[in-house]
Amino acid sequence: MAALAVILAGPHSVPAQDTPREQDTPLLSGGVGFLTSTAKGNTTYLPLIEPLAAVPIGQYFLIESRAAVLETVAPDGKGGYDHTHFAGLTYLEGDYLATRHLTVVGGSFLLPFGTYNERLSPVWIGNFQDGPLIASLGLLSSGTGLGGQLRGSAIQTTKYSFDYAAWFSARSGNSQFNAQRSFGGRGSLYLPEQRLEVGASYDRSLQGTQENFYGIHVWWEPKDEGFRLRSEYARGHHAQGYWIEADYRTSAFGGLDSWVGRFEPLFRMQQTFRRDTIVSDGLPLVNTQRADFGLDYNLPHNTRILTSYSRQFASTGDENIWETGIVYRFLFPAWKGKGL
Amino acid sequence: MPGVLVLAAVGVASLAGHSQAAPPVPPVKQYQSSKRAQAEEAGEKLFQQNCARCHASPEGFPQRISGTVVRHMRVRANLSAHDEQELLRYLNP
Repeated sequence: MAALAVILAGPHSVPAQDTPREQDTPLLSGGVGFLTSTAKGNTTYLPLIEPLAAVPIGQYFLIESRAAVLETVAPDGKGGYDHTHFAGLTYLEGDYLATRHLTVVGGSFLLPFGTYNERLSPVWIGNFQDGPLIASLGLLSSGTGLGGQLRGSAIQTTKYSFDYAAWFSARSGNSQFNAQRSFGGRGSLYLPEQRLEVGASYDRSLQGTQENFYGIHVWWEPKDEGFRLRSEYARGHHAQGYWIEADYRTSAFGGLDSWVGRFEPLFRMQQTFRRDTIVSDGLPLVNTQRADFGLDYNLPHNTRILTSYSRQFASTGDENIWETGIVYRFLFPAWKGKGL
Repeated sequence: MPGVLVLAAVGVASLAGHSQAAPPVPPVKQYQSSKRAQAEEAGEKLFQQNCARCHASPEGFPQRISGTVVRHMRVRANLSAHDEQELLRYLNP
């Protein structure tokens, strides 16, 4: 009878929120890398570190922050090199898990416009070391908002889910928390069996010229294929553009962790179009086309080698861009503990 | 006499077979093992459908930060509370 009681009760006797507290130790994560970029015979060196801290408080709160510390060493045009230094917070936010469908975010947060800013911008995630040409569209200069955000999964079934994010930001001239007075949102439909996501973004700057920005993204990552296709289109008042990125890893020669399976060929196509000559969005001054060919290698121990060749076409001159880099991702507890 | 020998041989073989077989698994352990496998499968599926879309699984991190990792992913990937629990079970087999 006792055995039957155990079977009937099973894991359901454990309340959903009865998470062992030992698993909620604060963590430090992030990436450290050394990147190089060569264009028109000039090579720029970029050592950087992007640490991320996440601190859970109780069962429903999380404080998280990411920073960037980098040194840019570039030719000074006189035969030598010059260097500039940057250190700053990328974001610092508090998250409250209000319900299963709603998370309330407050503080300085990454703007949820498109997919690149939130998902692919960390140095340990991006396949190419530089972002898309349109990455600045809709990010309102700083890429962060200072205010509040509501986000979550509005509907979730085994067939599909619908995610949303809506936010409002105040104006801030603080060097660490620079933000424009603005609002916006993003909605996306995800089909988990097909691994297909389609989403749309919108935001509006409420200061200065009060521009609108629109975005659409489509991601398709077929199951067990090792192939990923990601794309975004964004349109602002003065320019628009798109990027499409494909990458592939084969498991046909001993799995993804074989020496062959660790190779990751990449291709990205991107175009930008100016709608007028007012430059306020960070896009190239003239219509530009660019093809990026990459080959990454995923070493053991969370280390990646990134290489790429890009050919950029523009009326101001075509150019070749060669990039190489090595990135290590770290992830460990914020302090030494016992158990587990 | 040959029949007795055959019976003896069969008996010895039968005993040998019994001595090599694994002891029977109690039903409770079978059930728990099956549930654990199902939970791991569901957790892995969730990981592939959400986390792995952007990044590979980090190699070998301590279990005592797994709750924090999953909570961070819950916010970033808009996971539900149920998904959070499934992922946590997957990371703590």
